[in-house]
Amino acid sequence: MSVLYVLLPLALIFAGAAVAVFVWAVRAGQLDDLETPAIRALYDDDRRA
Amino acid sequence: MVTTDVTAPAVAAATSACLHCGLPAAAAVDFCCEGCRTVYGILHAQGLSRYYLERDKFEGKSRPAKVTGKSYGELDDPLVLAKHTKLLPDGSRSAELYLEGVHCAACVWLLERAQLDGMLDSRVDLGRRLVHIRWDPRQVALSAIARRFDSLGYAPHPSAGAERRDAQRREDRRLLVQLAIAGACFGNAMLMAFALYGGLFAGMEREYEQLFRWGSFALAIPSVLGPGSVFWKGAWRAVRERTPHMDLPLGIGIVIGFVSGAVNTIRGTGEIYFDSVMALIFLLLVGRWLQRRQQRRAAEAAELLYSLAPQSARLIEGEAVREVPIEAVERGALLEVRAGEHVPADGVIECGSTSIDASLLTGESRPVAAGPGDRAHAGTINLSERIVVRAEETGADSRLGKLLKMVDEAARRRAPIVLAADRASAIFVKVILTLAVITFAGWWLIDPSRAIDNTVALLIVTCPCALGLATPLAVSAAIGRAARAGILIKGGDALERLARPGLILFDKTGTLTEGRQRLVEWSGDRSVMPLVAAIEAHSAHPIARTLVSALPGGVSAELVPSEIRQTLGAGIEARAGGAQWIVGSPTFVESRGATVASWAAEARQRWSAEAHTTVFVSRDGQVIAAAAIGDALRDDAASSLSALRRLGYDLGVLSGDDARVVSVVAGSIGVSPEATRGGVSPEGKLQVVEDASSERQVIMVGDGVNDAAALSRAAVGVAVHGGAEASLAAADVFLDRPGVGPIVELIEGARRTMRVIKRNMAFSLSYNATLTVLAMAGLINPLIAAILMPLSSLTVVASSYRSRTFGGER
Repeated sequence: MSVLYVLLPLALIFAGAAVAVFVWAVRAGQLDDLETPAIRALYDDDRRA
Repeated sequence: MVTTDVTAPAVAAATSACLHCGLPAAAAVDFCCEGCRTVYGILHAQGLSRYYLERDKFEGKSRPAKVTGKSYGELDDPLVLAKHTKLLPDGSRSAELYLEGVHCAACVWLLERAQLDGMLDSRVDLGRRLVHIRWDPRQVALSAIARRFDSLGYAPHPSAGAERRDAQRREDRRLLVQLAIAGACFGNAMLMAFALYGGLFAGMEREYEQLFRWGSFALAIPSVLGPGSVFWKGAWRAVRERTPHMDLPLGIGIVIGFVSGAVNTIRGTGEIYFDSVMALIFLLLVGRWLQRRQQRRAAEAAELLYSLAPQSARLIEGEAVREVPIEAVERGALLEVRAGEHVPADGVIECGSTSIDASLLTGESRPVAAGPGDRAHAGTINLSERIVVRAEETGADSRLGKLLKMVDEAARRRAPIVLAADRASAIFVKVILTLAVITFAGWWLIDPSRAIDNTVALLIVTCPCALGLATPLAVSAAIGRAARAGILIKGGDALERLARPGLILFDKTGTLTEGRQRLVEWSGDRSVMPLVAAIEAHSAHPIARTLVSALPGGVSAELVPSEIRQTLGAGIEARAGGAQWIVGSPTFVESRGATVASWAAEARQRWSAEAHTTVFVSRDGQVIAAAAIGDALRDDAASSLSALRRLGYDLGVLSGDDARVVSVVAGSIGVSPEATRGGVSPEGKLQVVEDASSERQVIMVGDGVNDAAALSRAAVGVAVHGGAEASLAAADVFLDRPGVGPIVELIEGARRTMRVIKRNMAFSLSYNATLTVLAMAGLINPLIAAILMPLSSLTVVASSYRSRTFGGER
């Protein structure tokens, strides 16, 4: 059970990394508009030539 | 009177469907209007005809395309570029343009596909009707991009309020980051908490117990000090300013929970409630985020309003005419306004006689004749002939500009309502604090060692998380359902206001009536309808166009009219089938010597009393048919209004149209003369709403720019289908379906939503009552708290999303 002393900090580091990635996505403006990207996902064609 | 001799082949008037938008078009023609034809051609030429498939896939609603054909030259002016675009480090420019006519997913597809060389990026924001573009200024000019959008039917405007939107965007992003931190801390703390729960039953070695306790504490610190600070700071403000606010009970619970947990962690014994506290913070922030999104819509729409004022004008300099931005127009400048365009500034007509659609400002549905010496106003539409206007006021100083500013200020004067949840929380806090004192005193007498623990437990578990979610969830769910039913609501507080009784004021033109002229009644010989249509097809007069679209077609070859003589503004004479026909106003027909039978004279009298226009049809000197043209009342107007009366509302009519016409219409639907006002200016409408609002709540229903200020001052402003962009921006609710019926649905839906909110609060409070009893009895431990508190939130979620607030059986 002493493995917990490794696992717990490891889990927290992963959580921290996830939050960091999320913050990056927010700063890049990916979450400003939540409706339109959902519609774009339904297009079949490839984007611009 | 001017007479012209026109001999042109007649066009039989039957209807088929427009190939672009599906609305009725005259037969032998595939399109309902030039706009649709242009867009159809362009889509096929560019290989974008897949648009029609995409539109069917998304079940997009069709609308006639509006192509203005402007050259947008003013967008290349360095002043405009500096003000509305950003220069990026790599040399490209970015801008946000507001697009008219964006209404469905297929529009997004079309706009993002339509590329020009030099356009680096274009992203549409469907909700805000903006397009974010980035382009290389060396390869393509902004005006070319604007022309492209315009040619597809989406007239672009440089959007106003960019700095405010940037500030809001930063705020929204900050909230999202806080949500992420709160969520991450909460999730990981729960993992540790689960381990601790297991330890309650099976026992846990002390060292690991301490590991988890300190771990939870470590996670609680960023959660409470970062994202959670919003609540205890808000609670502190509520205490200082003595105003009731939902934050007060929440703040107390969070602070007590954190402090007691910290103390117990350092001591090494005693219960810790970090998991419940962090769950609270996370779930409540989600509720806030939902609320914030809704409020954003309302604020942004009002700002975008300013994008709709005329941005450019055609300046006449000597022999040349060039497009300039509106800021460059000075007093006394001569501006050219072609037929079909908006007048760009307030001023005096120098030359040219035309008719002007001033419905924007007056609400009057009939065009007004205007000639040299008459005033013209910015924003009105020049209908028939090219005119030259000497500019006097532009932009914010024009009548339109002042109206738009009025809209803004009116919104600010509107009284904010204290939401139901906030009122409840004031009482709640008092009750809880009283119970806490009782608990403490009680346990002190029985078993002092447990007094603090039980009191702390009480203060934490009775923290009304669900109460903080009750309103935003119900509102969010209701707004979603309403949107699917064609009722677009901008904010939750509109729903709460709509559920209260009061006065409903209706605009007339376009709201209670259809807003356009149509054939209301036909008296006499019906068999001559196709021939009348064939004759009227030669005229561009609004009445002629109404007749052409309303009457059936299919005139046989022998009956094709010839020798057509039109008298502008009065009528048409023609020969057909060996007889002499006259179609026109009664005065014109009589002046040509026709005899009018008594039935025709009676019909004319009756229609005049109903404020309709009469058209006589005479054959060989005898009036054989008569038609009434008018702005018809909507089919469901009468029934909807009586339904609203039954719901307990007082009704009134407030219109800018001619007072006589208004009183006739109001009378026909049972609105009393005291509650009817015609010939009211936009400023007058605002005043009426202002006065009435001092006594009771006012709901205003309208569709034009002349209603916009009143719409924004009223407790709730409802913009009707087909309304001007300005009223859409000023109103709290936008009805995407025609008719007066949706208003009844709106109010019934709002009442149902309030019932759901109250039900949610009842659930939340009953869970809290249970927890209170358990806590006072000393039976609470973190496990029970962790089960019952989320359960109350889940119940509120289920109750909100399963309720059929709008949309009937869906």
